[in-house]
This record gives sequence, structure tokens and C-alpha cells, in this order.
Amino acid sequence: MGLLALFRRPPSSAQVAKERLRIIVAQERSTRGGPDFLPLLRRELLEVIRRYVNVDPDAIQINLEREEGRDVLELSVALPEKGG
Amino acid sequence: MTEIIVVTSGKGGVGKTTTAASLAAGLARRGKRVAVIDFDIGLRNLDLIMGCERRVVYDFVNVIQGDCTLRQALIKDKRLDNLFVLAASQTRDKEALSVEGVRRVLDELTADGFDYIICDSPAGIEKGAYLAMYFADRAIVVVNPEVSSVRDSDRILGLLASKTLRAEQGNGGVQEHLLLTRYSPRRVAAGEMLSVADVREILGLEVLGVVPESADVLSASNAGSPVILNAESIASHAYEDAVGRLLGEELPLRFVDEPKKGFFARMFGS
Ligand SMILES: Nc1ncnc2c1ncn2[C@@H]1O[C@H](COP(=O)(O)OP(=O)(O)OP(=O)(O)O)[C@@H](O)[C@H]1O
Ligand SMILES: [Mg+2]
Repeated sequence: MGLLALFRRPPSSAQVAKERLRIIVAQERSTRGGPDFLPLLRRELLEVIRRYVNVDPDAIQINLEREEGRDVLELSVALPEKGG
Repeated sequence: MTEIIVVTSGKGGVGKTTTAASLAAGLARRGKRVAVIDFDIGLRNLDLIMGCERRVVYDFVNVIQGDCTLRQALIKDKRLDNLFVLAASQTRDKEALSVEGVRRVLDELTADGFDYIICDSPAGIEKGAYLAMYFADRAIVVVNPEVSSVRDSDRILGLLASKTLRAEQGNGGVQEHLLLTRYSPRRVAAGEMLSVADVREILGLEVLGVVPESADVLSASNAGSPVILNAESIASHAYEDAVGRLLGEELPLRFVDEPKKGFFARMFGS
């Protein structure tokens, strides 16, 4: 444990709730109004990626960005740390 | 001008019916003509909270199906002259409500000169909830300071922004408000419960009111009298403030901070 961790108070349960909600709400908003296939796309992508590396379901972020008349599907995959 | 207000939430049991009953009674007490409609087909409850359950002869579905006139189905409140209740049907047929049927009833209430029509939505995001919000000018999203309620509220906000007449017409959409209920300032201060500021920040919406957790809500439902009519209750004052804000008054939030302990209480414990 680092020295700082000794002084840092653990987050309160309300802070934990807030942080979780911030993330899930942002994720759900970003795909809202988008095509219905997004959840399925996410699941299938996860299967394909897992054939090569073992990632958690939350390692895949899908964002639908509206930009001047066209939609951009943004995809990011966080790979596990080497040797981790 | 008639204003149609939906009281909705996504998640069940958060306080929609309690809120719809109190806001309707509060608006009526200020001289507005108000009709409050139970959209929870199959699970009629608003009549009990309003205390008119034994006077239900015809219901919402009867009116839509032409079994009676709207006038016959509207139940006049015994306490407030300008307040009317339209009960939900007990039928198990959820298809009994239709967009056209709901439109006819709301149009007739509008033509009749009602100032406010309050639609008490069922939980969920199915047809009943959709119909309750479809014609709304304003939406009051009832939320408890708790993760699943907040998340469901956000889904409802998404539907309000896409699946309503105002959204389809593209003229500014439905005006949205948050109403926090079952709020416990003590637990917020202890870091155990999301605060008003947290919920406001996560959902990005202003709050119309904060109603504290209060035992008076249960006594009010036992008695069949909306809690806003119990002048002794802080829940009543909180709802009264929300009514004022609906009417455009600017009022500071009350009952959101833990009461400050006096000098002696601090010195001598508890
Ligand atoms: N401020 C409050 N303090 C304490 N209890 C409350 C408060 N508001 C609501 N309740 C209680 O919560 C329960 C659910 O309330 P209510 O029926 O209004 O919710 P609802 O959202 O209409 O439920 P449903 O989704 O089933 O229609 C009731 O038992 C009610 O007494
Ligand atoms: Mg209800």
C-alpha cells in the first residue's frame, strides 16, 4: 500500500453509487436512439475479441456520435495489461 | 389553456401515485380546475390514495369504449370543489387503452376548461407508461436517491425525448422536471445516500421538489387523503413548494439538510 492510500479515506457508499451511475448513464445515453443492433453488435464483438485476448465485458466501449448529418460509431477496446 | 402533466418514473413503487395525488390536490386548492387520471390499467390505486374508491362506478376504459360519458366517470372530490378523479379500469386487458381513445378523453377535458390534467403513469416502459406520457406538455420524473431508480429515470427521459407527441412535432419537446422523494437528509449527511446535487448532476436536470422520507405518507394513504392536505407534515410542505414551483414561483429547497443540532444537544449527546 502506498503512503498516500493510508491517508485517503475510502469513498462513501453514496460516492460509489454516483460514480457507477455517472458511467452507466453516459454509456446508455451514448447509444440511445441509435440502431437496435448495438447491444447485439457489442456481444458479438466481445466474442470475436475473446478468441484472441481475454477481456472483460466492460473493456469494450461503444459510442455513437452525432456529427453534422452523419453518425460515427466509435469503438474502443481496453486490452489487459501484459503479464497482469 | 390546459396543461397536461405526466407523473412517471420507470421504476415501480417510487412514489408516482403519492405525488400525482398531492400535486393534483395542491393545484386544486389554489383554485385550479384539475383532473387526475389513473393510467395503471389492471392495478387501480389512485382512487384509494384519493379516498374515492367506493364511488367508482365507471372508469377510464368505460369512457374510451363508450359505455358512459366522461362526465359520468369523473369522480368529484369531496374536499376540493375543483378536483376530479378518473379511475383506472380493473380489466386485465392492457390493450383496452389506445392512443386515439386517450386523445379523445384528453381533448374533451381540454374543451371542458380544465386547467390541469395530471396523468399518473404505471411503472415500466410498456404501453400504459407510453400512453400516459404521449400527450404530455410537462413531465415530472419521480426518482428515489438510489441507483436503480436514477438509471430508470434516465431511460424515461430518453423516451420523453423521443416517444411523445411534442417530441415528434419537434416544437421544444416535453418540459421535464425531477422530483426526488423518500429523501433522508440524515443518510445523505452520513454518505449513505445520493444527494440532491448528485442526482441533479447525473441526470442533468433541475429539481421541482424534494420530498423527505416521512411516516405521514403511509398515514395519508391509510386515511385516503393526499398527504399534501396534512398541514402538520413536512411532506405536505415539500409538495406544496413543488406546486408553487409548477406555477412559476421561485422557492428555495427545504428539508434537504440535516437539522442543525442546538448547543445543548451537541454538548449532551444524542
Ligand atoms: N415520501 C415518502 N416517505 C415514505 N414513504 C413513501 C413516500 N413516498 C411514497 N412512499 C411509499 O412508497 C410506496 C409506493 O408509493 P406509490 O404507490 O406512490 O408509488 P408508485 O410509484 O405509484 O408505485 P407503482 O409503480 O406501483 O404505481 C407506498 O407505500 C408509499 O406509502
Ligand atoms: Mg402508482
